[in-house]
Amino acid sequence: CHRIGSKMLYLDIRGDLDSEIRERGTQSLSSLSTEDVSANTNGPNQDALFDDDPEDLFAEATEEVSLDSPERDILLSDGPSPAITPITPPTSVIAPRIGHTHDDMFTHSSFDEIEEEEVDDSFDINISVSDPEKVGDGMNAYMAYKVTTKTSMSLFKQREFSVKRRFSDFLGLHSKLASKYLHVGYIVPPAPEKSIVGMTKVKVGKEDQSSNEFVEKRRSALERYLMRTVKHHILLKDPDVLQFLESSELPRAVSTQALSSAGLLRMVNKAADAVNKMTIKMNESDAWFEEKQQHFESLDVQLRKLHISVESLVCHRKELSVNTAQFAKSAAMLGNSEDHTALSRALSQLAEVEEKMDQLHQDQANADFYLFSELLGDYVRLLAAVKGVFDHRIKTWQKWQDSQILLQKKREAEAKLQFTNKSDKLQQAKDEIKDMEGRVQQDERDFEQISRTIRKEVGRFEKERVKDFKTSIIKYLESLVLTQQQVIKSYFTFRYVTASV
Amino acid sequence: MMMTEENEVESTLSVCGHNIQIAEVLKDGEMLSFLIVSQKLSGTGEYHVHRNYDDFEWLQHNLFCQEDVAGIQGVIFPPLPAKAQVNTAAKVMKQLGFLSLGEWQPYCKALEVFLQQVAAHSILSKNKAVEVFLTNPDSPGKQKVKKNIFNRLSQAVDGMRKEGHKDVDDFFQTARDHNLVLTNCTKTVTEKLLEVVQTEQKIAVACGHFSAALLLCVEPGDDPNKQAFSKVCVKLSEVFESMKKSTTGVSENDVSTMGLGLDLESRYQEAIKEMLFRRTCKLVELEHARRNAEKAKPVKKAAMEELRKAAETEFEDISRVAKEEITRFEAVRVKMLQQAMVQWCEKQLLTAKECADQFTQHLEVFRGMNFK
Repeated sequence: CHRIGSKMLYLDIRGDLDSEIRERGTQSLSSLSTEDVSANTNGPNQDALFDDDPEDLFAEATEEVSLDSPERDILLSDGPSPAITPITPPTSVIAPRIGHTHDDMFTHSSFDEIEEEEVDDSFDINISVSDPEKVGDGMNAYMAYKVTTKTSMSLFKQREFSVKRRFSDFLGLHSKLASKYLHVGYIVPPAPEKSIVGMTKVKVGKEDQSSNEFVEKRRSALERYLMRTVKHHILLKDPDVLQFLESSELPRAVSTQALSSAGLLRMVNKAADAVNKMTIKMNESDAWFEEKQQHFESLDVQLRKLHISVESLVCHRKELSVNTAQFAKSAAMLGNSEDHTALSRALSQLAEVEEKMDQLHQDQANADFYLFSELLGDYVRLLAAVKGVFDHRIKTWQKWQDSQILLQKKREAEAKLQFTNKSDKLQQAKDEIKDMEGRVQQDERDFEQISRTIRKEVGRFEKERVKDFKTSIIKYLESLVLTQQQVIKSYFTFRYVTASV
Repeated sequence: MMMTEENEVESTLSVCGHNIQIAEVLKDGEMLSFLIVSQKLSGTGEYHVHRNYDDFEWLQHNLFCQEDVAGIQGVIFPPLPAKAQVNTAAKVMKQLGFLSLGEWQPYCKALEVFLQQVAAHSILSKNKAVEVFLTNPDSPGKQKVKKNIFNRLSQAVDGMRKEGHKDVDDFFQTARDHNLVLTNCTKTVTEKLLEVVQTEQKIAVACGHFSAALLLCVEPGDDPNKQAFSKVCVKLSEVFESMKKSTTGVSENDVSTMGLGLDLESRYQEAIKEMLFRRTCKLVELEHARRNAEKAKPVKKAAMEELRKAAETEFEDISRVAKEEITRFEAVRVKMLQQAMVQWCEKQLLTAKECADQFTQHLEVFRGMNFK
């Protein structure tokens, strides 16, 4: 075990991944480095499993993955690939596990209590993200957003309140939530994407349409992110969430600097592939999980197709807006060249109508984008989080299996010791067996718990999905109807003018 | 009574000019064959004839080659669209613009207008070829066509210089200047509208794709959440089918009214340009003839004078006809453009209303969806 002073991302992976992923970076990011890094495991025979680093929850069978890998280019790129929740365990947040009792911040039993409460407390909270404001100058500048919460829930100190937050604050919140909840099966909504290109434009003060669009896109994404997070009855009550929404000052989240969605997704996908390639086949006693996993995989494919389809539609709509504006201009020019007064007036009116159409096309393109393209993108990213919890369940199962095997070995060792005269060693062996038995029981409970949680979470996800889509679609249709009414109005005006020619 | 040469070729058209129709377009091997229907002026009855593009060209050539008609060069000849075939080359399709769209319907309409304008023209309708074209059951065939003696701007050797030649008549100088501006503006507007239409078509296709992709998201099973999501996908698919339909409708309206109108106007402006150029060439010719007559030595003087007189008469005839044509055309043109715009507006209004109704219905469906 050795300390690595570089950016590290820990993933619970079994199997031979080091050749593929391991690469040391040069930059240091102190909050992410850990005391001890155990070597990778090659299955249950590895003695490293015994290593019990109190600070590293993922001590067993962890694989170090450096962020300064070939993926770095993707990290820094402005690609459209969906984000994946980072699963780093900031050691400050989670209480260290001492021995074999789990002192997680939130024990499983307390979650069950919260869920029972949820039925009584009505969900009434609305969060808006607004007023983007540039703070500072040059490359150190950042965008500050106003986060306003309106609620009648007793959970909060006031009914309406605002705070100022910057993008890295959101990433920091997500990072904390992911580290606390993902590994026990909760689908934590992913944070919006980083965009180095987009932000740089804003920082250098480029006040053009594309940087305005970028800021608006981000603002909307942040709002959706927060709403999705608080809609989750467990996450809503998390102290980090409450602090994020309420407290006027927030400690700066430094660990988010290198967290980029694209690079993380690549790495997690590789990890997931490795899990799939493993010869260890999980003894799936519950067909529900297998069916669900397949279902989500095919849903992922469908959503991505839809997303591409909508992006193409948005693109053409914007093109139509440009072409309509040009047509309007040329009609105006023709009108100006026209001698016949009434005809000239009609042509000028045509130009005006087409200018209005241009505006309507732009509005339509925005509706297409925000109500569908972004929605679909959000769901593709959410599905990655769903996939993550399923993978965690497999790892939890694996841990339980490994504990059982270990227990067996210890029993065998103890049996052997029976025939020797080493009474102290025998006692030690007996003690270890007792510990191990406790561990096996706990691991089994963990596995059952995560399975239960995932079932509930999937149910919640599928319910939310319907509501989400329905809400977006209704907004979209309302905008369509409004647009058509404005089109009709424009044509009425035009008809009146041309009739007098 | 001595008949003048002009009267020999004179004939009265036996059909009604303003409602000539192209009822059908058929594929005849590589060629397109058009069914032309015209109403007999005497009582009831129709003529049904099949013609292809070569026949149209035959007609046009006959109209051009009427040297015996005084001032024929001053006529604004109704423009004939370019030749279209079953498999037309991409370059020609591009040249045809709006006429290449809509399964040849706009193209047929353009040919129809051509025939209507010819039949309505006081000078052109008198040509026998028009009657033959519209009424003779047999195709005029590949008759030997006399050489087109017209100076075409595009073929003139020093066209540019002649085109700029200063006019002696303010009316015509203004007409020429104005025509230059209008030709360019109209061409641009037509091109820009075509680009709009092409983008509308792309949007319709994209809507279709999205609609189809949504149906793939339907999830089987009894699970109520899955059923709810499936229903949402199916209904949303219907929304985008509606959108596809309405966008297609908008695009078709653009083509059949405004597009066609602008295309016709554009080709007519070109025809006027050609006519004015012919007159300008005649003016140049006249000025040469005058100079020659002045400078001529006594021996040649008489002959040069003859030429000068002939040139003057021709120029006067052309100018007279041209002036009438321009005045007549102005009225026709304004009416035509107004009609195009009114029709466009009416059709788009109808499509927009249908679209609004459909979307409102879809909205009600979604609002009414209640999931447990």
